[in-house]
Amino acid sequence: MKRSARRRFLAGAGGALALTALPESILAQVAIDPVVQSVVRGAPVRRGRVKLDLPELADNGNSVPMKVTVESPMTAADHVRSIYLLSERNPERNMATFQLGPRAGRAEIGSRVRLAGSQRVIALAELSDGSYWMDAAEIVVTLSACLDES
Amino acid sequence: MAARIQVPAAAKRGEAIEVRIIIQHPMETGYRVDHVGKPVPKNAIRTLTCRYNGVEVFRAAMSPGIAANPYLQFFTVAEASGELEFFWTDDAGTQESARQAIVVAG
Repeated sequence: MKRSARRRFLAGAGGALALTALPESILAQVAIDPVVQSVVRGAPVRRGRVKLDLPELADNGNSVPMKVTVESPMTAADHVRSIYLLSERNPERNMATFQLGPRAGRAEIGSRVRLAGSQRVIALAELSDGSYWMDAAEIVVTLSACLDES
Repeated sequence: MAARIQVPAAAKRGEAIEVRIIIQHPMETGYRVDHVGKPVPKNAIRTLTCRYNGVEVFRAAMSPGIAANPYLQFFTVAEASGELEFFWTDDAGTQESARQAIVVAG
């Protein structure tokens, strides 16, 4: 099989892009977001521990698969209390809130979301010690949901 | 409305098992109009709870930001054989439930 240099470059470039950590500026932007503030109430938001899996491109915003994973031992002493899924552009910005506890065993939630256009999606996790951790993902939505008549 | 729940056929005690549920529901956004131009009222499942042998293990607060026919996948520790019960309520006030048996070995 002949894989052209261009193919290899594209694969490498894509991989490098995916590995790029969230820039500090995004964290700063997210931290002052009123919807985020309504959840954290002034508590600091940190980056890491949370991983939000979302495709980079969605042809249709009506149903976009997503997955949130939080690194946590999920014991009675140290577990994830809630996971918030926030949207930048949806009419209802708080898309979903999931409440889990030590009985979950693993802090991982999968679902399908509806997105009104290209935007940044934020996953915010509240841990049992009261700390907040986040991850964000940028997604390009070709055909947006909610506002059109489909 | 119908719901389908999937759990592993056999689970070991203490193991985190994957639970998946899909509920038939339009999750109306309130922004659509019907064929005569009348707005379709907003109607989404707002709360969903999962009880494992009577103990709440998972709760979700949802909005129209969750796609129609909401699908949820989460984990719970297999403690004992028994039943998973799901309860949900939508904006129209409809309350529904579904249940699924769980078999735990060991």
